[in-house]
Amino acid sequence: MSLIEVKDLKREFANDEVVTKVLKGISFKIEKGEFVSIMGPSGSGKSTLMHILGFLDKLSSGKFNFEGEDVSELEDDDLAEMRNKKIGFVFQSFNLLNRATALENVILPLLYSDMPKKEREKRAKDLLIDVGLEHRLHYSPNKLSGGEKQRVAIARALVNHPEVVFADEPTGNLDSKSGLQVMKILQELNEKGNTVILVTHERYTAEHAKRIIKLKDGEIVEDVEVIKRQLATQNGELTK
Amino acid sequence: MDLKENVISSLTMIKRTKMRSFLTMLGIIIGVMAVIVVMSVGKGAESLIFNQIKSMGSNLVGVLPGASEEDGPPASVFGIVNTSLKYEDGEEIIKKGCDCIESLAMYVSGNDVVNVEDNKINANFSGTTASYINVEDTEVGEGRFFTKEEEKGVAKVAVLGFEVVEKLFGDQDPIGRRIRIKKTNFLIIGAMKERGKSGFQNQDDQIFVPISTAQKLLLGVNHISLVRAKVDDEKNLDKALDSMTWILRDRHNIDVGEKNDFTINSMEQGLEALSSVTSALRLFLASVAAIALVVGGFGIMNIMLASVQERTREIGLRKALGAKRSHITMQFLIESSVITFLGGVIGVILGILISILTAKIVQVLGYDWDLVITPFSIILGAGVSIGIGLIFGIIPARKAAKLDPIEALRYE
Repeated sequence: MSLIEVKDLKREFANDEVVTKVLKGISFKIEKGEFVSIMGPSGSGKSTLMHILGFLDKLSSGKFNFEGEDVSELEDDDLAEMRNKKIGFVFQSFNLLNRATALENVILPLLYSDMPKKEREKRAKDLLIDVGLEHRLHYSPNKLSGGEKQRVAIARALVNHPEVVFADEPTGNLDSKSGLQVMKILQELNEKGNTVILVTHERYTAEHAKRIIKLKDGEIVEDVEVIKRQLATQNGELTK
Repeated sequence: MDLKENVISSLTMIKRTKMRSFLTMLGIIIGVMAVIVVMSVGKGAESLIFNQIKSMGSNLVGVLPGASEEDGPPASVFGIVNTSLKYEDGEEIIKKGCDCIESLAMYVSGNDVVNVEDNKINANFSGTTASYINVEDTEVGEGRFFTKEEEKGVAKVAVLGFEVVEKLFGDQDPIGRRIRIKKTNFLIIGAMKERGKSGFQNQDDQIFVPISTAQKLLLGVNHISLVRAKVDDEKNLDKALDSMTWILRDRHNIDVGEKNDFTINSMEQGLEALSSVTSALRLFLASVAAIALVVGGFGIMNIMLASVQERTREIGLRKALGAKRSHITMQFLIESSVITFLGGVIGVILGILISILTAKIVQVLGYDWDLVITPFSIILGAGVSIGIGLIFGIIPARKAAKLDPIEALRYE
């Protein structure tokens, strides 16, 4: 049983009677523990694909199985629950709440679960320590550097022990050194057995993954193993 | 996220935007405050009337000229002259009326310039009967009240109310002095003890003269404006009312089935008629206060809509992280009701303070005013304010809950 399986996945947007076909029948499988890059230029449909796989959007037609179950017909609230339990998101623009502390930001997804307060806090704290931010727990995000913000965001993505972590251009707003730190964390996560899906338009970033699915104009043009993989640990040291 | 966490997070939000939150609350603060004050003042005014009635005695029956409108007082109360009531009517009641009528006083009143040597004031005078002292249960401080003979004989004598003495003579003894009203000289034969203000009537600023003198020399009329009878026991009020009604109907030649051309009431009935006026007034004021609350509600809605707009990305993020529609709806509803509830609490506190202040001021002015703040009005104020938050928060909250997470996250 694959973790993710899509067959002939289509997504169309109707706007003023003009129908835009963004995804034109896509099929692939992703197994548990994989590290996949979804790559393509802007307009290729990679964001839309990530939204569907991340339960943020619905498909127009086709099949989408998650952990062997058909999830193509879920309603809004079911999608919200899937996001809450199975998915972790890391966004290009971090999307942290500035009026909350780093710790509170990491706790945020757990507020929508039924975990007791103490456990929520402990889990969030542990994760922030894991990403090297134990000295920033009670800082507001606007006092953190870009790299630190993205590490808070990664801790937030992991706090619900998700099945899949989606990273949407996670290095896009970072300098190269902070970018490497983030990639290193993602690679380490994958080493520990997490499934990571990276969405990017850069081949160099994409090559940090083990497999690349390349999209163009809503279709898969390439689905290959990465032969010469970039390892973040070789290029930069993680500084605290 | 439970209620407590939601409330705490709303409070943090309010703390972050103090000025805006306060302005948002203002409508609610004013509305709730107005409700509390209107209720308290209404009750206070009622207590004022009630206390007045009690101080005058609840065993009094009054007759006013003119038929009474339904539920309301007769036109004569509002100064419209009706000449149907005569001195002889009163005399007849004393002669033929029920034995339960202990005594009866008649009144006609006016207002004119009063001279004492060079001292001139504008004063109210009451033409009344010798029985005034008995019916009104009051006393003469110095000198004496006029007699039955003087009452009938157009005697030029006057008894001064407490305040009039102060104004005209200061510390001097007024007895034996003369005052001049409308070219007529009056001998002052007495000065009343202080009675204090009782409601709308101030008995201390009156000059009392025999009723026949007032009619013939001062006013040039032959009617009277009020009859007041004292009944020996409250139990006999109905009996007295009955006998007076029949005597007056007989004297005024009113046929069976025709309406009275006078209005006869016990104090209690008068109170009821009056309280229908005060409660109508209270209803009016309360609805003004309610409008303030509704306006405040729209203010809340406006700000919450702006807040939803402003926090579109936050909402998108929360949804991406797994918040369901109900979570977002709850968050915004709780936020709006926390704002309105805080406004309500501030409004209740201010309302109570103003009510206390009003009562103190009125009491200092010498009125018998009770401070009444009912728990009901407090609960109402607080409850209504939360309710307004919920009602006017629904539209913004639903708007927030309906946002599409993808679009909301892209929002700049």
